[in-house]
Formats: sequence, structure tokens, C-alpha cells
Amino acid sequence: MTDFTPWSALLGGGLIGLASGILLLLSGRVAGVSGIAGGLLRPEPGTVGWRPAFLLGLVIGVWVFGALGGDLDSIRITAGWPTLVIGGLLVGFGTQLGGGCTSGHGVCGISRFSARSIAATVLFMTSAGVTVYVARHVLGGGA
Amino acid sequence: MNRHTWIALGSGVIFGLGLAISQMIDPEKVLAFLDVAGHWDPSLAFVMIGALLVMGIAWRLQTRSVPVDAHARKLSIPGHGIDRSLVIGALVFGVGWGLVGYCPGPAIASLALFSLEAFVFVAAMLAGMQLFHYRRGTSAS
Repeated sequence: MTDFTPWSALLGGGLIGLASGILLLLSGRVAGVSGIAGGLLRPEPGTVGWRPAFLLGLVIGVWVFGALGGDLDSIRITAGWPTLVIGGLLVGFGTQLGGGCTSGHGVCGISRFSARSIAATVLFMTSAGVTVYVARHVLGGGA
Repeated sequence: MNRHTWIALGSGVIFGLGLAISQMIDPEKVLAFLDVAGHWDPSLAFVMIGALLVMGIAWRLQTRSVPVDAHARKLSIPGHGIDRSLVIGALVFGVGWGLVGYCPGPAIASLALFSLEAFVFVAAMLAGMQLFHYRRGTSAS
């Protein structure tokens, strides 16, 4: 069980929006993490340096949170290795096929009222919800 | 490092900080949001609201200015409608997200935790991305 934390969620979301806005307004780029990571695997001239810089920034941001006294110790990844591998493969393949993830479609796309992004977000939220329902309530275990 | 590399780094740091503060880097928090039939924790809907409010303003400002980075190709995201790839890709991604509780941003940010599980997930995710581009490359030729 987790606690309902609307204020930290709103603040964190605002920072995610701010980060995406900075990248858009100062560099003319869309902050879709799956697109940035996918592009890393097939580098094109002129698009090399900024991708690893952004992804490294994500990691540094978490360290900054820890340095400011944020709690990182209570975070547990409970999934077993087979689940991690299968889940990772599906997330990687699916985001490339569908052209985006929670940041690209969910934040950058919906905020510009893209029909594609709205459809994608509804679909991945639904399939994620159904997956959790089946894993926790049908197959049981409460894990 | 040129100017746009620094901008990307700064944007990434703020983005990662946002992921940490909102607890999106905690799979349990994400799964509790997705588990509507269990002890549902709607917090992450507020992450979405916060991000959309700020980014909505950014898009309004953007239409009045020109992209700065000459290397950034046209901003328009592919306009080929809601096609099969989009639908199947989104559904497949959702299954993976629901299995573990990580989407790409939080997964990469979680490397900061130095947990073996995070590395395994990110490695599999990159392999899945590579698999897609390899398949597309071979079917196109």
C-alpha cells in the first residue's frame, strides 16, 4: 500500500513539464524519453551529444533529490528477473512501434492535443491497468 | 559540449528531479496507481496534471518562436493518424509497464539507485528497442 501524495505529485509533474518546456523552447526538441533512448541506438550526425546528456541528466536528477534529503532507500524493485527481462523487452519494443511513451505521448503529445498521443495514452494506460489487474487479482498472490 | 548539449543536460536533471519527487521512480507507487481494483493510489494522475499544465503553456509560447537548434529536425510529430503500429505498440508497451512498474524515463532515472534490477530492466528495454529497429531495417531492405 502507498499513501496518497497529491502535492509532491503535482510538484514533480510540474518539474517534468518545466524540463520538457525548456527542451522545446530552447532547443526545439520534444522530450520523449523512448525516442531519445531509441535514437541513441542509431546515431545520426548532429543528434549525438544531446541524447546521452539528457539521459545522464535523468540519473543526476535522482542523485540531486537524494542529496537534498529525499528518500531513495525505501524504493524497491520487487519484480523477479524473468519479469524484468520480459517487461523491459515489451516496453522497449512497444514504445518504438507506438512512437512514444508516457513522456512523449502522455505529456508532450497530449498537451498539444495530438489525437495520436491521446489515443496511445488511453491504450497504454488501459493495457497496463489490465496487466496489473490480471497479475494481482486473477493470478493472485497480491504481489 | 555545445550549447544544446548543456540545455539537454539541464532539462534531464530537472526531469529526473521531477520523477524522484513525484515518486515515479518507485515501481510500487506506479503499480498502486495502475491497480484500480486494489488499494488505488491516484497520486500519479496529479503528476500528469502538473506536467500537462506547464507543458501546455510551453506549446503556446513555442508557436511564437522558431526552433533554435539547427540540428533539430522539424518539430511536427509523424502525422499518419491512429494506425495499427500506434495501437499495437501502445498496448504492448502497457503490458510491460504493468508487469514491472517502469516506463522508459523512470527506468533510466532508476540507474541512479545502483540496483541490479534496474540495470537488468534497462538492458532488456534497450534490447527491445534494438529489436524493433533491427526488424524494421531488415523488412525495409
